[in-house]
Amino acid sequence: MKRALRRFRASYLFFSFKRDPVAVVSFSILMALVGCSLLAPLISPHDPYDTATIDIMNAEIPPMWMDGGDKSFFLGTDIQGRDLLSTMLYGMRISVLIGIGAVFMQAVLGILIGLISGYVGGRIDSLLMRMADVQLSFSTLMVAIIVSAVFQVAFGVGKYEDMAVPLLIVIIGFAEWPQYARTVRASVLGEKSKEYVEAARVSGFSAIRIMIRHILPNTLSPVLVISTVQVANAVMSEAALSFLGLGMPVTKPSLGSLINSGFEYIFSGSWWITFFPGILLVLLVLVINLLGDWLRDVLNPKLYKG
Amino acid sequence: MGRLLEVDNLEIKFALRFGDLTAINGVSFTLDKGERLGLVGESGAGKSVTGFAIINLISKPGYISGGRILFQGRDLTKMSYEGVRQIRGDRISMIFQDPMMTLNPVLTVGTQMIETLLAHRNMTVRDAEAVSIEKLKKVQISSPEQRLKQYPHEFSGGMRQRIVIAIALLTGPELIIADEPTTALDVTIQAEIMDLLLGLCESENMGLILITHDLAVVSQVTEKIAVMYAGKIVESGPTERIINDPLHPYTRGLINALPEVAEPGTRLNQIPGMMPTLTSIPKGCSFHPRCDYRLDVCETEDPEFIYLENNKRRVSCHYWKNK
Amino acid sequence: MFAFIVKRVVQSIFVMIVIAFIGFCIKHQIGDPVRDIVGISVSAEEREALREELGLNDPFMIQFGRFLKNAAQGDLGLSYFFKKPALEVILAKAPATIELVLVSSLFIIIFSIPAGIFAAIRPRHWFSRFMMGTSIVGVSIPVFLTAILLIFVFSVELNWLPSYGRGETVNIGGWQTGFLTIDGLIHLILPGIALSSIMLPLFIRLIRSEMMEVLETDYIKYAWAKGLKPGRIWLLHAFKNTLLPVITVGGVQLGIMIAYTILTETVFQWQGMGFMFLEAVERSDTSLLVAYMVFVGVLFVVVNTVVDIIYGLVNPMVRITGRK
Repeated sequence: MKRALRRFRASYLFFSFKRDPVAVVSFSILMALVGCSLLAPLISPHDPYDTATIDIMNAEIPPMWMDGGDKSFFLGTDIQGRDLLSTMLYGMRISVLIGIGAVFMQAVLGILIGLISGYVGGRIDSLLMRMADVQLSFSTLMVAIIVSAVFQVAFGVGKYEDMAVPLLIVIIGFAEWPQYARTVRASVLGEKSKEYVEAARVSGFSAIRIMIRHILPNTLSPVLVISTVQVANAVMSEAALSFLGLGMPVTKPSLGSLINSGFEYIFSGSWWITFFPGILLVLLVLVINLLGDWLRDVLNPKLYKG
Repeated sequence: MGRLLEVDNLEIKFALRFGDLTAINGVSFTLDKGERLGLVGESGAGKSVTGFAIINLISKPGYISGGRILFQGRDLTKMSYEGVRQIRGDRISMIFQDPMMTLNPVLTVGTQMIETLLAHRNMTVRDAEAVSIEKLKKVQISSPEQRLKQYPHEFSGGMRQRIVIAIALLTGPELIIADEPTTALDVTIQAEIMDLLLGLCESENMGLILITHDLAVVSQVTEKIAVMYAGKIVESGPTERIINDPLHPYTRGLINALPEVAEPGTRLNQIPGMMPTLTSIPKGCSFHPRCDYRLDVCETEDPEFIYLENNKRRVSCHYWKNK
Repeated sequence: MFAFIVKRVVQSIFVMIVIAFIGFCIKHQIGDPVRDIVGISVSAEEREALREELGLNDPFMIQFGRFLKNAAQGDLGLSYFFKKPALEVILAKAPATIELVLVSSLFIIIFSIPAGIFAAIRPRHWFSRFMMGTSIVGVSIPVFLTAILLIFVFSVELNWLPSYGRGETVNIGGWQTGFLTIDGLIHLILPGIALSSIMLPLFIRLIRSEMMEVLETDYIKYAWAKGLKPGRIWLLHAFKNTLLPVITVGGVQLGIMIAYTILTETVFQWQGMGFMFLEAVERSDTSLLVAYMVFVGVLFVVVNTVVDIIYGLVNPMVRITGRK
């Protein structure tokens, strides 16, 4: 463990990370945000899920420093009288959870399909890649919207909202697998023809062993790069779905549904309910994107060009 | 015969993050009107950079850091951008190495010919087309009228190089710089293209700078040779003298490496070692680590030129100086 | 070229059948056509009789065949809420969405091409750096948030531009257009900007990186060596080659844009297909939902095919040999 750490500290990745202030700042902010969302129940001043402490009379209180602000509600309250800061922290927790869950899901699905497609080739390959093409040309967001709409109609709104977190993970994960599959397939095709794979095959290793032990490690750097960007995409997709009312319910809001719930109130001047969750969402997505950009520049993998 | 081109003490540097690297160091040569010069050396010697420098087209981060390039008496390094633009492609034409990459794939051959004329001459498209057709005939391309409407990918490599030569001829230039014009072609076509180029240079009285690593080609085409090694000219003089009596150990190595020189059935001669990269040019004579005639002084001092045979030849080598 | 088009069309038809199949499955599983026709206040016997009459008890594949046949003739079922053929409902809403997409595409083309070219030929210029910096912020702001921000600034605070609806429209042969009235055009500004807000930085980055790659090629160097003027090299030689990958990606992005219309239309209460789709979801109007899906599917496939054909027209290699 200690040796691994020392090796990492001597690596090129860490070296270029230290030299890039944008990467360092982005990473620190991201860690802070993820930390806050993990620790939300401990650090938030109020518990937005505890209906006993919520008073509808407290609705739409502006941030502390404005006229009519209340000391106990730093960023004000939302339409239901919940402390906005606490609700945001809990909301970010859900956004991060769904984002990471969905990326994990699509990575597993996409890597598996990409490996099979690239290694087996032939008919299976062209069928799978055709599927990926079609799904991508429909845009992943469209697929996610339609699938979640169908689920909502099929299950009914109440039941859908109860299962929203796992459902959203599955929906977003399913919608985005082609990105991974194409990238992994491209690197498998690149590696497959190299001598060491040939040597492993001649030595009589099984296809699965060759794929896992020899080819998979070589696909890691493109997978790492797209994973970063995909987390940002998944968070955005979740926010979009929730904004449309196809995601998290207002009672258990993610950042997207919080923005949605505050939207109608900007006309009456309560801008903070939309504004603060919006900023938090953009900040979260932005730092992930910046890190993704930096990673792509440093690792410079051969990414699939659409 | 008048002087066409004089490159005087040319120095080219590459601006890199950790400082400037010298790629070309004090290169000088001259070319008279209608004269043909071969610029010879291994890849990485700086031949191409020198060729591109003449028309001020070094890719970034390279730049000309010293010396003069006099073309018809005017210094190209001091000229405005527009001044150089008017000369390149008009008075000085270039032929690139790989004809498959030189022509723009999405524009017709006609477009790429006519635009060259229009960039330098005040003429109508119709007249430009007529000139293009005439030049295509000169490079022996059949039915040139139809060819103008075709795209590069419809031609073979040899045909494309003919088209590139035709483009070079369009404006009736005084000088053609050909950067390895046959290297990317099939062996059978190489001779054809070289013959064509030589014939045209003679009939149109054009000067030629032929950049190549192939001494055999140079010996058939050019009147003068300049041998480059690690950004410097190490030996230059009349072709016939250099081929028959090479002085610099590097030139000797190059000539010995020719297949024609080796005994049939034996291994080809080769120069041991590799050309140094720009970051690792050795002290003293840059060739000394590979040299069979090495003296102690070679490791510390850069040799000066010594002039021989009525100043027509020069060589920079301690071995010949001491002899 | 002809063979190329035929191949593309055959592929498209296959994709359409797959979409129709998925649509049919959804309808089969969660839809209730009987309710769509007679509502819920009908006895069980009558419903069963109607089911038999409608052929809902037939085998799955026979029903699918019937669905395909009807769909090919433009019959996508009845909307439960509107009590009208679903296609009719969609066609009435389509012009609003299509005009919105057109305006956004126009914004994107007008701004991304010059910006991308500039950033490619002057990568160290402060303006290029500024654009690259802002573009990464741009792709990180969700469309609906941009839309809300625009409304807040330009409608609520400044009160310059309208925040919802299409404004005054003119009916030309069944097509409700907002292009012909000043009010209609004013209403298009904010939604148009919002919809293009994520694509624009994406396209600037794409054009820049593709063009920078092209500028490194031999044929561009050769064009310089021919003494061509810089404008011609950048705008003809380099840009025409940049266009090929941009067109391919552009086709895909257009699909994404249709998805974003749902978001934009929700924020601006824009009476288009996306708005209608969400309403259909809320009302559990399965037929309309499936009809929207099939209609958008057709739209995507048509757009992608057209994009491929345009690609073929720009790229002489495809045009002549039919290869890609």
